[in-house]
Amino acid sequence: MTSSLNLWLIPILPLAGAAINGFLGKKSSRTAVSVIGLFFSGAAFAWALSVVLRVSLSDLPYREYVAHWIRYGAIGAPGSFSADFALYLDQLSLIMLLVVTGVGFLIHIYSVGYMWDDPSYYRFFAYLNLFMFFMLTLVLANNYLLMFIGWEGVGLASYLLIGFWFTKDSAASAGKKAFIVNRIGDFGFLIALFLIIQNYHSLNFTQVFAQVQTVPSETASAGLLTAIGILLMVGACGKSAQIPLYVLLPDAMEGPTPVSALIHAATMVTAGVYMVSRSHMIFERAPQALMVVAVIGTLTALFAATIGIAQTDIKKVLAYSTVSQLGYMFMACGVGAFSAGIFHLMTHAFFKGLLFLGAGSVIHAVGGEQDMRKMGGLKSYIPWTFGTMFIATLAIAGIPPFAGFWSKDEILWKAFSSPHGSWVFWLIGVITAFITSFYMFRLLFMTFWGDYHGIQVDDHGRAHLAHGDDAHGHGEPHESPMVMLVPLMILALLSVFGGLVAIGNHFEHFLEPVFGTGFTEGAGEAASSAKEYTLMGISVLVAFAGAFLAWFLYVSRPYLPQKIADGLNGFYTAVLNKYYVDELYAKLFVKPLIDGSTSVLWQGVDRKVIDDTVNDTADGARVISDNVRHMQSGNLRSYAGWIAAGSAVVIAYMIWMGVR
Amino acid sequence: MVPLSYYLVLSGFLFACGVTGFLIKRNILTIFMSIELMLNGVNLSFVAFAAHWHALAGQIFVFFVMVVAAAEAAVGLAIIIAVYRTRETLNVDQVNLLKL
Repeated sequence: MTSSLNLWLIPILPLAGAAINGFLGKKSSRTAVSVIGLFFSGAAFAWALSVVLRVSLSDLPYREYVAHWIRYGAIGAPGSFSADFALYLDQLSLIMLLVVTGVGFLIHIYSVGYMWDDPSYYRFFAYLNLFMFFMLTLVLANNYLLMFIGWEGVGLASYLLIGFWFTKDSAASAGKKAFIVNRIGDFGFLIALFLIIQNYHSLNFTQVFAQVQTVPSETASAGLLTAIGILLMVGACGKSAQIPLYVLLPDAMEGPTPVSALIHAATMVTAGVYMVSRSHMIFERAPQALMVVAVIGTLTALFAATIGIAQTDIKKVLAYSTVSQLGYMFMACGVGAFSAGIFHLMTHAFFKGLLFLGAGSVIHAVGGEQDMRKMGGLKSYIPWTFGTMFIATLAIAGIPPFAGFWSKDEILWKAFSSPHGSWVFWLIGVITAFITSFYMFRLLFMTFWGDYHGIQVDDHGRAHLAHGDDAHGHGEPHESPMVMLVPLMILALLSVFGGLVAIGNHFEHFLEPVFGTGFTEGAGEAASSAKEYTLMGISVLVAFAGAFLAWFLYVSRPYLPQKIADGLNGFYTAVLNKYYVDELYAKLFVKPLIDGSTSVLWQGVDRKVIDDTVNDTADGARVISDNVRHMQSGNLRSYAGWIAAGSAVVIAYMIWMGVR
Repeated sequence: MVPLSYYLVLSGFLFACGVTGFLIKRNILTIFMSIELMLNGVNLSFVAFAAHWHALAGQIFVFFVMVVAAAEAAVGLAIIIAVYRTRETLNVDQVNLLKL
């Protein structure tokens, strides 16, 4: 093992930044806040890069003990349990580390431009750094417990940042929604952890997996590992916005756009994918849990993509697109192709981060407007934003040779060829790819082609204020400052070339020490490669078809979409209203909970039992005192009478007792 | 020799007179005298028992009671004078401000 890598610096640096900005930022200048925020997130990225340079692959997995935490019983003794602040670096966490710090740093830079006019500028950077700290803790943890700390922490940071403009009611409630929905997932995660503790007496990855490895695969009947796997997946559903808990993500768009890019596209929402991949040892031995992951992922991919078609809010389209792409990642994990899932996670971080930042730049350009119907024709106003977003759209649509093509194709191929896969997954994946391409190009065409439908000068200033953004009114859409464009360009480069690492299965081989060669590489590779190219051809064709359809409907015949929408009346309304899932949840869960809380807990328990006990005690005391106080008449002879009567009673009692 | 019960009956009678006087009389001076009557009733039983059991303690106790009664009479009369000066009445039923 090489000399210490000092991994602990990576999470601690952003924490220091968060602390400095959080406690001192209010009185500091914007420049100082930016310098602190950028320095500490940049330092984390630099340190992560230096770790990459210093570590040799043969040293992985590398473990670093930071501090003593929980120790119960002697180590190794039966019934003992221990969890330490200890870090774990292998190929998987290395990739996550680079994605989180790299994309995170770029988004920090972008935020300097985007948030500059916000009155709570310092608070934003404090939260953003805090998020980085928790996310890096999550990624680097060497046991489930420390991972859970990071897991909860990113949830907290997400809540704080979604509700960043907390004076806006919708933002405050969106923050709460995200937090509460996450709680449901965390509940499953926690139970999974309890099961692991109970059965393996450890939460340390290495120790747990070493024991899991000896257990035979639960092919025939579901058992402990299946239960753990499904519960872990429940946790992942909450964090990564999968059916049925995906509802948090679209609402999370109430946060500032850099937050949507960092937390709700590139990093935090992929924590579920990371966690499932980290637990691959468990899932590989529980085929039914794996099937659950694949089915949830596939359904989510399709379901969210169809909702994305009808959305008119630029960020909502991207939000549903994110949910859909996360579905792809889970589909990959579910068919046992964890490295494909992680690969898509990485490319997705690039192009979806770029899309969100580009959307932010668009919103910035048109003065806080998010409705795509009020945009259009922005191509000539904001050429850089357009160019980078165009690249990202090509990438997400899966058009070669952009990043998304490689990862999505890998997933689709694995979904088809893996022993856990099936042509059904592949087919739904391809349909989703078609829809993805369609709605992404629809977004692009509605925003950048045609004529500008936006409102001019006066209304702009108002729209800006309402958005909580900079308050300067402006007439024509204008390009964003350089500080916002540079991250866009870097991410665009990554979106173009990021997928090339997959050529020759380099990426997969890189992750092999973590996931093993596994069953993803079927026998007879040469024979299947013809099939692979056919499937690849189909998915590329489908991507172009989606793009063409979008062009046909939104550029060539812009009157058609309305007609089609009218033709599909009921269905279109359902899609537009997100299949009424939010309403359904409101009816099924929220309303019964509120009603139950109102009638049972509030009116019943609190008012009837607790309040009434207190009040009745007081009332009783008052009634008794009311009666008794008449004894204190102030009349001397009545007192004497009471004393005499009392003594008479006592004497009578004594005589009576004495007689007996 | 006079039997003990005679003394005790007289003592009880005196005490009962005192109690009755205390309860039915409105004049503070009369009430005060009723208290003395009660004390003397008790004193009588003390000395009666002391004579009966040939125990001096009872007789000693009577001295103490008399001393305390004298002190109490001094304080009590002072209070009665103070009450009369402020309220211009010795009727206890009119001195009833100390109540809820």
